[in-house]
Amino acid sequence: MKRWLMVLPLAVFLVVAVFLYRGLSLDPAELPSAMIGKPFPAFSLPTVQGDKTLTQADLIGKPALVNVWATWCISCRVEHPVLNKLAEKGVVIYGINYKDDNASALKWLAEFHNPYQLDIRDEDGNLGLNLGVYGAPETFFIDAKGVIRDKFVGVIDEVIWREQLAAKYQALVDEAKP
Amino acid sequence: MKRWLTAAVLVLGLVGVAHAAIDTYEFARDGDRERFRELTKELRCPKCQNQDIADSNAPIAADLRKEIFRMLGEGKDNQQIIDFMVDRYGDFVRYKPALTGKTALLWFGPAALLLGGLVVMAVIVRRRRAAPTDGSDALSAQERQRLDQLLDKKTDD
Repeated sequence: MKRWLMVLPLAVFLVVAVFLYRGLSLDPAELPSAMIGKPFPAFSLPTVQGDKTLTQADLIGKPALVNVWATWCISCRVEHPVLNKLAEKGVVIYGINYKDDNASALKWLAEFHNPYQLDIRDEDGNLGLNLGVYGAPETFFIDAKGVIRDKFVGVIDEVIWREQLAAKYQALVDEAKP
Repeated sequence: MKRWLTAAVLVLGLVGVAHAAIDTYEFARDGDRERFRELTKELRCPKCQNQDIADSNAPIAADLRKEIFRMLGEGKDNQQIIDFMVDRYGDFVRYKPALTGKTALLWFGPAALLLGGLVVMAVIVRRRRAAPTDGSDALSAQERQRLDQLLDKKTDD
């Protein structure tokens, strides 16, 4: 009985140490999306170019990235060239221009090249709200049926793409193949 | 004098404007203001994670306040509004998390620790009480002899 009590502090210490050690590698700012596994929320919004109206049905058919961006978002500018490269490689990317001034968005796309196959214009941020967006850039991964499968918050750079995200996208592409 | 008075009136006018910029919502029903305050205190800002959405100046917090105001206007109850937020941002946005298997430790952990502490304390107290007091205080003949020896030695010095 006494022996057992003697190791108790050590046991408690070890349990606490394991939790604290684990805590070192956790990012407290990381917020698991509540949207994963849910279909893309319904919307009906014009394009940034203003030539037509898009709905959630337009996103169905191909696995894709849905990138939330804005011209006021400084890190989006860092991300943009990477998206251009991915689009060149054949990655399907749709863009949501989130709470932005449309003229600036058009200018941005003309100046920096447009990697998006569709440009959704979410001026009021309602679609963003329904997606649970809390900043930009954010990128959703949708499958061929338009279900949200994953989400990445922050700037996608080449290392992150290669090491974390490419495999996720590829899995969705492979899944869509008959 | 007159100029000073005009300046003072102007400054007072500005105070009113500044105040109005903080709280621009006009509530249709009396209780709504109170509920708005409660909800914005209970919901956490997803962007600036250690603030509730009432406190935060982040654009997303302003959007969420607007959304709560809209839903209050539509006559939704608190649970519906909280569900709306949780659907989009996850359990994370609640400062008062729902009681589920995942959060049980959070809810009952402190009480369990307190209870454990009380049990340990009760055991210790009971054991102390049960311990025989006469045996520990009284000295055996051998001990008394040794004590005398020591005391004698000391007085000798």
